[in-house]
Amino acid sequence: MAMPALIENALANALTLVIDLDPALRDIVVLSLRISLTAVVVASLIALPLGAALALWHFPGRGLIVVALNALMGLPPVVAGLTVYLLLSRAGPFGELGLLFTPAAMVIAQVVLVLPIIAALTRQQIEALWAEYGEQLTSFGHGRLRAIPTLLWDARFGLITVILAGFGRASAEVGAVLIVGGNIDGVTRVMTTAIALETNKGNLALALGLGIVLLTLVALVNAAAYLIGESARRRLG
Amino acid sequence: MNTMATPCHTAPALTLDRVSFTHRGQRLLGEISLRLAGPGKTLVMGPNGAGKSLLLRLCHGLLQPTAGRVHWTTPAPHRPPRQAMVFQRPVLLRRSALANLTYALATIGTPFSQRRRRAWDALERFGLTTIAQRPARVLSGGEQQRLALARAWLLEPQVLFLDEPTSALDPAAIKAVEDAVNEFNHQGIRIVMTSHDLHQARRLADNVVFLSGGQLIEHTPAERFFASPDTRQAQAFIQGELIW
Repeated sequence: MAMPALIENALANALTLVIDLDPALRDIVVLSLRISLTAVVVASLIALPLGAALALWHFPGRGLIVVALNALMGLPPVVAGLTVYLLLSRAGPFGELGLLFTPAAMVIAQVVLVLPIIAALTRQQIEALWAEYGEQLTSFGHGRLRAIPTLLWDARFGLITVILAGFGRASAEVGAVLIVGGNIDGVTRVMTTAIALETNKGNLALALGLGIVLLTLVALVNAAAYLIGESARRRLG
Repeated sequence: MNTMATPCHTAPALTLDRVSFTHRGQRLLGEISLRLAGPGKTLVMGPNGAGKSLLLRLCHGLLQPTAGRVHWTTPAPHRPPRQAMVFQRPVLLRRSALANLTYALATIGTPFSQRRRRAWDALERFGLTTIAQRPARVLSGGEQQRLALARAWLLEPQVLFLDEPTSALDPAAIKAVEDAVNEFNHQGIRIVMTSHDLHQARRLADNVVFLSGGQLIEHTPAERFFASPDTRQAQAFIQGELIW
């Protein structure tokens, strides 16, 4: 039986890479975090007010936008990647910018993936909170526009969980960043694309090492979301 | 309690001119024509579903009537009076008790440097200093309602609406709310309050607006309402009969 020994060996090597903070592995992790964090920040800046506005204003076509956002939550990453690829390719409308195969293109693709998640979940949370706060805030003489910061702040713990969910999606997906980033060593190679490549090459140690880091990261994000939610429930009732 | 900084002597008058409210083809209230003038305490009474809360919301401007007009006569013309409302279940923000008060002060444009001090004054006035830093939403029902009253007081209203403010409270907390309502009124604040509790209405009311089935049945001075009401429905209500 060669397989168990192979995996055992790879696992041992992977742990060594992680513990020794191997430079190649470290660079890939840092780049991954930089891209995903930037994407989540950009997406949040757009999606939080957008979700809140969708919760507060009822206008013709609103239902369509809500359904579209909900549907886009499950957008296959490769489709998002393909769309951004077409937009950024030489012949595309934004080809002039020369962004294809750069980290910026990867950020854009992840924003496209994450924005619907944050916007749709924000809408749900703010809608519930508005049902509770609406009369009181109106009694204060607030218009809906002035209510948005109050609602976003008072929903803060729920929204942090929403943003972490977005970060989970951004850091774990492989299809979109592979298409628009191109998996160029040292430039656009992130954890997920590196795992795919190294597995194909048979370099299981590096692939597994990256897998361990990625798994730990996702676990940490989920633990943070859980702890924030629990402490909010205890402290704020 | 200290006296308030700026007591208002001229009470604004509220006029409802053939107001009705229809929701999904069903008329829930009206037509109602009503004038609330003078500095006193008006109790809006009636059985469940009579439209008491709805009337209060129309008066406060939370809802717009589907027909008719709600308008104010104030010393400063063309400007509605400063108003506040206390709800049956107090709506408190997910922040500390103190932060709930400074938030209210921000809404009326109180300078930042004065907010904390004024909020503390209000906490003292309503006996809430010990819970200043506690999250507002884990306070007891009585404390929450007192905090809501403190918040309303900071808004310096000329008119205060209260929608069944004591229906979920124990006797001690009910007394605290009623004392506060009387104190508000002594400061010159017009009170409009709904209640289905006859004893409470007897204790507080200067005049009574009696509703049943979305209709205004009568608007009478309190003494007369409780001694010999003008209408058979009000008589039945006072004697504890069911109104159909």
